[in-house]
Amino acid sequence: MSDNLLEMKNISKSFPGVKALEDVSLALKKGSVHALMGENGAGKSTLMKCLFGIYSIDSGSIILNDKEIKILNPFDAISKGIAMVHQELQPIPDRSIAENIYCGRYPTKRIMGIKVVDHKKMNDDTKKLLDSLNMGFEPTAKLSTLTTSQMQLVEIAKAVSTDAKIVIMDEPTSSLTSREVDKLFEIIENLKVKGCGIIYISHKIEEILRISDEVTIMRDGQHIGTWPANELSDEKIITRMVGRELINLYPPKINTPGEVVLKVRNFTSIHDNSFKDVSFDLRKGEILGVAGLVGARRTELMECIFGLRGKLTGSVNYLGKELTIKKPEDAIKSGIALLTEDRRGTGIFGVLSVSDNVAVASLHDYLKYKIMLDDKAIQNLVSENVEKLSIKTPSNKTHLENLSGGNQQKVIISRWLAKDPDILIMDEPTRGIDVGAKYEIYTIIAALAREGKSIIMVSSEMGELIGMADRIMVMCEGSLTGFLSGEDMEQEKIMELATRFIKAS
Amino acid sequence: MNKKKQIKELLLNNAVIILMIASAVIVGILRPKFLSATNLRNLIANTSVRFIIALGISGVLIMRNNDLSAGRQVGFAACITATLLQTADYAQKVFPDLPQLPIWLVLLFLMAGFSIIGIVNGLVVSVLHVPAFIATLGTQTIVYGICLVFTGSQPIGGLRSDYTAVASGSLFDIVFIPYLGIIALLLGIFMWFLYNKTVYGKYMYAIGGNGNAAEVSGINTVAMTVKSYMLASALFALAGFLLGGKAGGTSASLGSGYELQAIAGCTIGGVSVNGGIGTVGGILAGVMVFELLKITMQFMGVTTAYTYIVQGIVIVIAIALDIRKYVAKK
Repeated sequence: MSDNLLEMKNISKSFPGVKALEDVSLALKKGSVHALMGENGAGKSTLMKCLFGIYSIDSGSIILNDKEIKILNPFDAISKGIAMVHQELQPIPDRSIAENIYCGRYPTKRIMGIKVVDHKKMNDDTKKLLDSLNMGFEPTAKLSTLTTSQMQLVEIAKAVSTDAKIVIMDEPTSSLTSREVDKLFEIIENLKVKGCGIIYISHKIEEILRISDEVTIMRDGQHIGTWPANELSDEKIITRMVGRELINLYPPKINTPGEVVLKVRNFTSIHDNSFKDVSFDLRKGEILGVAGLVGARRTELMECIFGLRGKLTGSVNYLGKELTIKKPEDAIKSGIALLTEDRRGTGIFGVLSVSDNVAVASLHDYLKYKIMLDDKAIQNLVSENVEKLSIKTPSNKTHLENLSGGNQQKVIISRWLAKDPDILIMDEPTRGIDVGAKYEIYTIIAALAREGKSIIMVSSEMGELIGMADRIMVMCEGSLTGFLSGEDMEQEKIMELATRFIKAS
Repeated sequence: MNKKKQIKELLLNNAVIILMIASAVIVGILRPKFLSATNLRNLIANTSVRFIIALGISGVLIMRNNDLSAGRQVGFAACITATLLQTADYAQKVFPDLPQLPIWLVLLFLMAGFSIIGIVNGLVVSVLHVPAFIATLGTQTIVYGICLVFTGSQPIGGLRSDYTAVASGSLFDIVFIPYLGIIALLLGIFMWFLYNKTVYGKYMYAIGGNGNAAEVSGINTVAMTVKSYMLASALFALAGFLLGGKAGGTSASLGSGYELQAIAGCTIGGVSVNGGIGTVGGILAGVMVFELLKITMQFMGVTTAYTYIVQGIVIVIAIALDIRKYVAKK
């Protein structure tokens, strides 16, 4: 018997118009953590979905404990000892924690010969499980009472509870705090001791180097290589992921801020615990960073300026003129655009083509005879943008849902570029996007600022703000706590402002 | 993919059309009268009215809403038209002192008037946020009630011949080119243009695809929703106008359940209930399959009771086959 728990050999998988996996192999050793890395669209999640039975493979073989197996569906995968913590949580919010953990495999007992769910056993088992993992949740509490990060912990507990030999974790830390990450790593160490194998997908290189034994890097659906983690470094991983050397993380600053164009004054939300009395100025050709922790209400503030949310007080003055913005339509007409934080929820039209997604906000600029859309001009616009932003798509007619996250983001950016706004608010423009695409998006932002566009960039990555912004505005619990510029833009000073009101706890 | 598989895919993806042609051919061979001009005309006339109703409801469906009041609106429209276009010497004339109105004026008045019902539907759905299913169920009941009051629950007859001629006449007196077919065809072309070549169409698909993203992109979703219901109601009015003339007389019960047939036709034709997807050509095919099915069964002497059973089965099978195209391949 080999010491490989699992082997995936020469796996290939195609989707209409896209070759998602090409001849990819992966071997997972007993009691080890195997990290899977690659840019968005490299095929990591697809490979794991093949292993978990969500997708069927076109060719190749899966060998579990020296036996070749076929995995028909997720249920089959679980019964073969494979568990998966999904990237996107799949909770049932109105049911209890215990029911969420045991969903689909409730413990049963017989009352007068009839099989019924044994709630007591389920709750007791859940309590034991949560205690053993050091999670102090009540099994009977509704899942909806937990925060996103706590839900993610429950999801992890669920995977552990199946007694799986193989645990797949797809970006498990995307919404965890650093203390919770430590807890997760403890859980992973315990699983290793028990002889389990863990496949760990993450964009966070620091985590990967800390937790994993081996690292497999993928690019464009292909297997680039597998290395012991202790032989790797930040640069080596990035170079292999991107396929070329990235010399700088951020493009050089080429913009020069001019006169003040936008004055935002006294913005207060209609909700009690949201943003209050926020005022700031924005200059022509300036990149204004907005920093803060989760709950600083940055997104709410931006969505309110854009007309998506109600405000109690607040005015927007653009080039000396007061704007009345009641809905996004008004903001756009005044030359303000918003790239939202929630790409899936408020950004993409998944079932529509790349063309429609790019053109949707500027259709009125492409009319013939006043009513008829000028298809040719629209196609030119789309092709121009696809080329300029190097969007990777099989064709302009491809449904947007078939593109990777980074490319979807570029499509939405081109939607706003087509509209040519003077002020572009970008909320977490690089969230969930790989290193290579990030750099491309930074370049676009820098070029826009140079052209004289004013940019507000909200981000939770301080490095990104320091690298890109001319000034950083920091918020804490809904209030503006200060501005930083020049030499003052450094992590400690941002953190100090971002935690001003939460130091006590 | 090998050749065999490709052919299988091709067959399954066009199952609806193939089903349609196959049933016509088979019945055509078994019952040669099926291909007669009169029968063809019958088919075209029936399909035309249903197509107009389906087109009306399609915009609403593509925007992820629904309109259960369609059938009752059609019925009410037919009743109003009938009362306005009765012959002068008819004994039970509803409005005895009514002058001889021009037909086009009645139609115009009807479509404009019914747009108001659409506005109400649209506002209840988009401003009050009542789920479309429930909101239009309410409208359905209200419209039926009003129609009963309006007609006094009595059937209306004595229609003017120049009115019935619109629905029963043919171009150049060629039997199988009924005016109804021409009206439906022109409307189909208009709707195709609207859905594919105008801002309205693109916005409609965008809202159906992702309403929140549409709003962020600067689309006035409230106005669009209201417009979609307005257009739907205007088309229901047109359908009612034609149907009343075709039947030669009406009562409040006319149009009952037509919305479900229209929804079935749309869905068979590939309109997604999840919004954002649907084509005019597909809708025509979907409606046609349904009508063809009914007419072929009639020809084969199947009794009405069994016809319902078969219709139900066909709806489910057709949609199961068609939906394969849109369900993400695993």
